[in-house]
Amino acid sequence: MKLRSATIRAAKAIAVVALIAVLNFFLVRMAPGDPAQFLAGQSGAADETYLTQLRQQFGLDKPLLTQLALYAKHVAQLDLGYSHQQQQPVLTLILDRLPATLLLTGCAFLLSLSLGVLLGVLSARRVGTWTDTVISTVALLFYATPIFWSGLLLILIFSVSLEWLPAYGYSSIGVSMTGLQAVLDVARHALLPVITLSLFYIAIYARLARASMLDVSQLDFVKTARAKGLSEAQVLFRHVLRNALLPVITYAGIHAGGLVGGSIVVETIFAWPGIGRLALEAVAQRDYGILLGVFFVISVIVVSVNLLTDLVYVYADPRIELS
Amino acid sequence: MRALFSRFIRTRGGAIGLLIFLAVIVMAVSAPWIFPISPWEITGAPFEPPLSEHLLLGSDMLGRDIAAGIAHGAYASLLIGVVSAAVALAFGITLGAISGYAGGWIDQTLMGFLELFQTIPSFVLAVVLVAIFNPSIVAIVSAIAIVSWPPIARLVRAEVLSVRSREYVQAAWLTGRSNAAIVFKEILPNTLSPIVVSGSMLVATAILLESALSFLGLGDPNVMSWGYIIGASRTVMRQAWWMSVFPGLAIVLTVLAINLIGEALNDALNPHLRPVEEAI
Repeated sequence: MKLRSATIRAAKAIAVVALIAVLNFFLVRMAPGDPAQFLAGQSGAADETYLTQLRQQFGLDKPLLTQLALYAKHVAQLDLGYSHQQQQPVLTLILDRLPATLLLTGCAFLLSLSLGVLLGVLSARRVGTWTDTVISTVALLFYATPIFWSGLLLILIFSVSLEWLPAYGYSSIGVSMTGLQAVLDVARHALLPVITLSLFYIAIYARLARASMLDVSQLDFVKTARAKGLSEAQVLFRHVLRNALLPVITYAGIHAGGLVGGSIVVETIFAWPGIGRLALEAVAQRDYGILLGVFFVISVIVVSVNLLTDLVYVYADPRIELS
Repeated sequence: MRALFSRFIRTRGGAIGLLIFLAVIVMAVSAPWIFPISPWEITGAPFEPPLSEHLLLGSDMLGRDIAAGIAHGAYASLLIGVVSAAVALAFGITLGAISGYAGGWIDQTLMGFLELFQTIPSFVLAVVLVAIFNPSIVAIVSAIAIVSWPPIARLVRAEVLSVRSREYVQAAWLTGRSNAAIVFKEILPNTLSPIVVSGSMLVATAILLESALSFLGLGDPNVMSWGYIIGASRTVMRQAWWMSVFPGLAIVLTVLAINLIGEALNDALNPHLRPVEEAI
């Protein structure tokens, strides 16, 4: 039964990816001006032979549906087009930058989820005390702070004033390092970007976990657990927390998209060589093929993460059957 | 209404939020009188620190008054925030109401459409839309509205589903009123309170989105906005902290105020103290 619902989910995810590809196709068509010019990038780099080649490649002289079919065929073969400006296939450019983004967003996801839940639980356990007030106020503040601004403040404090951490890049330039030293170097560079991206989501998860904990601890089965003489720790971990975490998991999946989106801003501030920065450079150079390629790849990542959380959810809560 | 207001104001957060929000509105409205010179004009020496002569919050790298930029930027931020939230609300309410009321294949199709939009990372989509259709107020408002309507539609659909089978709606059916009349006169007014709460939170999200877009250089080039000031002065941040710190404070305070108002509204409208996250 579980296997079946997992298969259905996976099929749905593939359908969503296909629809996003279709959306991508129409975005190019809806853009003002000649689509060939648009795909070539409007910086004047495109000459007439290249435009003709593009028109043939995408069948721009054929009916719209034929164009769509051709486009779908390209995407299905993982061909996201060719960047004339960079002289490289779009997919190669994206795959070069993808590891940095995955490192940044993956760390931020783990940090925000764990710290957020921890703070939320702490806050709910001491509801009404000053611990709760401090955590809730800080969460409220970070919930209202734009990611780019917290990033700039962190740079001002930790790299400009205190000079503790580097503010730019992925690793030290001009120094050759190996093994543990290299890993530590990347970690030092990653620290500020990861914290920047996490702050907003720590706030979200803390607020969610707190509300969810308070909801669950009102329920009858928790009273029963206490009444039958279980210790506070047993009640907390085996009864309250397990149930309170379910909505947090759901939202974690939903916010995965936000995290990857936020990485555009964070990568720009910290000169982090990921696909977010690639996308923004593409905007500046009007190389829309790359921009739409990044959009597609990010969407695929988000769909996969959502699929994963759905599956985690099924195994975490036996009551749920996905349909 | 008076009872509602007193319940609202009694939540400390609501009172503080309302106070800050009113101050921001006053600042936005009075900007043309307090700072009659356009915020794009150079009014003094560049890189003047705060509390210099005539420059309360300092000047930027061209010598433009930061305080004037913040005051004029308040207008743009509020306008874009409110208008795009309103567009998203109108779209979300319409689709959610149709979906919940009609049911069947219409409901399924619309929900599939919604799920697609909820999956696509909203900020990335907003960047793509604004970049492709060239930065302008209309493009920015549309992009923000396009990425923010799904939660509203989902919420309205759930509310409509829960009141659709109530007796007063069935009574309206029996008296032969049109579907539109039933939805707009009977059902929607009874789902108003969660919509109001989500709508106010939507304004806050829209302001954050707009500031991030203009920080990245994707704002309307003719509109002075908080995100633009920070983005433009980012490269000189090491020498001139005030150019990015003060506009950022303006964003945080405004968004915080709106969130506080939203939470207080939630508490005042729902005595059961439904957590806000559920309402979004």
